[in-house]
Amino acid sequence: MAEAALASRTPNALREPWSQLSRQREAATLGMWLFLMSEMLFFGALFMAFSFSRALDPAAFAEAARHAEIAYGAANTAVLVTSSLTITIAVRAADAARGKLAARLLAATATLGVAFLVIKGFEYRDDLRHHLFPGHDFALGRNATQIFWAFYWAMTGVHAIHLTVGVVLVLRLFWLVRRGRMSLASPQLEVTSLYWHLVDAFWIVLFPTLYVAARG
Amino acid sequence: MTDAAAPIDHAEPRSRSVIAGSYLDSEGGGLSEWLLTTDHKRIALLYAVMITAFFFIGGAAATLMRLELVSPAGHFLTDDEYNRVFTLHGIIMVWFFLVPLIPATFGNFFLPLMIGAPDVAFPKLNLMSWYLTLIGGLCVLAALLMGGVDTGWTFYPPYSTAFSNSNVALAVLGVIIAGFGTIATGVNFVATTHTLRAPGMTWFRLPLFVWTVYATSLVMILATPVLAITLMLVAADRLFGLPVFDGFRGGDPLLFQHLFWFYSHPAVYIMILPAMGVVTEIITCFARRRVFGYAMMVYAVLAIAIIGFAVWGHHMFVSGQSVFANLVFSFLSFIVAVPSAIKVFNWTATLYRGQITFEAPMLYALGFVGLFTIGGLTGLFLASVPIDIQVTGTYFVVAHFHYVMVGGAVSAYFAGLHFWWPKITGRLYSEAWARFAAVLMFFGFNFTFFPQFILGYLGMPRRYHTYPAEFQPWNVMSSTGAVVLAAAYALPLFYLVWSCFYGKISPADPWHAKGLEWRTSSPPPKRNFLRTPVVTEEPYDYHDPGAAPQAEARPVDAARLAAVAPRPIGGAHG
Repeated sequence: MAEAALASRTPNALREPWSQLSRQREAATLGMWLFLMSEMLFFGALFMAFSFSRALDPAAFAEAARHAEIAYGAANTAVLVTSSLTITIAVRAADAARGKLAARLLAATATLGVAFLVIKGFEYRDDLRHHLFPGHDFALGRNATQIFWAFYWAMTGVHAIHLTVGVVLVLRLFWLVRRGRMSLASPQLEVTSLYWHLVDAFWIVLFPTLYVAARG
Repeated sequence: MTDAAAPIDHAEPRSRSVIAGSYLDSEGGGLSEWLLTTDHKRIALLYAVMITAFFFIGGAAATLMRLELVSPAGHFLTDDEYNRVFTLHGIIMVWFFLVPLIPATFGNFFLPLMIGAPDVAFPKLNLMSWYLTLIGGLCVLAALLMGGVDTGWTFYPPYSTAFSNSNVALAVLGVIIAGFGTIATGVNFVATTHTLRAPGMTWFRLPLFVWTVYATSLVMILATPVLAITLMLVAADRLFGLPVFDGFRGGDPLLFQHLFWFYSHPAVYIMILPAMGVVTEIITCFARRRVFGYAMMVYAVLAIAIIGFAVWGHHMFVSGQSVFANLVFSFLSFIVAVPSAIKVFNWTATLYRGQITFEAPMLYALGFVGLFTIGGLTGLFLASVPIDIQVTGTYFVVAHFHYVMVGGAVSAYFAGLHFWWPKITGRLYSEAWARFAAVLMFFGFNFTFFPQFILGYLGMPRRYHTYPAEFQPWNVMSSTGAVVLAAAYALPLFYLVWSCFYGKISPADPWHAKGLEWRTSSPPPKRNFLRTPVVTEEPYDYHDPGAAPQAEARPVDAARLAAVAPRPIGGAHG
């Protein structure tokens, strides 16, 4: 019992089956990059399907895209890009063994992530008020404008799910770092930040695709 | 093969306590020790149990179909029930049996052993993969219990989105969840191969099974996400009414087919590449011969994995895609056959002047080569646009892919099961029964599926349960063959389980095989090797380069003839 308590107070980053931390780091980073490759195809297929459908009826897509609330989208772009900055500094702070600073920046990152979701929620509310959800009371008629909005909800929805996962992961790190339950040398910080950047990068492509370029 | 590896010191004496100190014993045998394990070997066994269960569920559906097809009028099932039965058969067999079949069982068990690693790179993620696959499978079974799905395993819209009155969303959700399990497995295996190879285990000393699992994992990582998002869009239509593929509102149902086959054609290589790896290990061992053209085998595996991403359009020759697209996809489909043919020639060349013996694993492996060749060659028929237009949607297609997936992948699975069974369990099975089952499986398989080539050529469409009377003889033949095949699949269940309790104790290396997995005890200890092995030799070092292979008596024969006689394994390869 005493031993276990001691172990929890002096966290060790090394996990099974590794004998060296540097090797474990290498594997964790490689594993995350492989997963990100997979995610690229996940979103890539979605962007491809969107572009293909847009090419079938560019006029209807342009009309539909003009109803998207670009102010919300632009604000969210700023919020998310800032969050990538804070998590990057958090990782560097951890590398420099400055645990308190790292914890604060992780908290800032999670807060910005939540802020994004809140702004997105307001945008969704406005979209629903304007009857922009495909279906019987859809505002723009029974044509490819519905396809645009189907993609809008699918793409932003999938992105929001990814971001929610990211917020949970960052909050977990925040809690562990703050309580001193995790070694600052753990590869988890870097790996989580990689995931966070990817979710950010998807938004950076998604925002111009849906809000700007499609307007035509 | 190695100088430091042989952990022999601990392997004897072992009379009854064959599993003492092994992975089967060290963590404890309780249910929670198994369900919460992070040992790759135990996880492999969890997968094996799960896919065996799914195999029999999918097989039960196939049995119903063959029973229904005995008579032209179809007495047992209604149209709607028949649709649900073949859909269930397809979904279960593709995603919950064939995709995890070899990578998740032998890949999990032997990838770390073959590269001299104590475990996979991310042991907890490995367990999570199993749970994701299990949860996905339970979703599909729940959809079955709630009345089934009638779309076919391909979920084509607009039927799946706008018309089907069945549990499409739940089944699709199950496939998506299992897909994330597949991606996690792929990430794990690639990272393991990159970072956990033992000292001296260079890339071109890797056993070819490792290469095939590596290439398969890359396909899993890059193809599965496309399936996931595509099926999510189908689910989004069914659950929330988002009409992405709705032609009435300006969407394109064909877009679904492109995305679906962008995954599902590479998925065929997820099934067959590891099967090729298993067969390579076995043929080289039972011919006592180095693999002919090792480097070429590696390049062929990688070429299949890469080119496999560019041939999906051959599933859509009659869909209305452009003639130009048809020509390009036809050409690329012929190209992807070249590396497959290279592998067949290399297996044949490996056998040439080998000291061949015909133990059960070898019988299954040789069966694989023949059946895969037929499956592959008929694939070329289908890659050619005029023939494909003639036989699209007929039993010719059904026969073709069953030759590749069942004659190919499943035969290879049984080959590997018999080859590695002594290593996994530490016991020897009855060789006579195993040989009998192998021959019976080959016979039963051809008996079941060869008539379907003829049926398809004559014009019988797939997915119908009534047909003109002239097709009956071939259908009866196929259904009779299915009985033989079912018996051949059930047999190993008995003699393999029997061997767990009453089988003779296996030595560490019963086949005198090369490869690190044989340089540790049977069954292996929890962390695989007592000392990290150091590799100093080329792979498949069965004979001196340039010299003829020698015949030799194997310890497995001695063990079967005499009573259990533990052998000092350390000197075996001297």
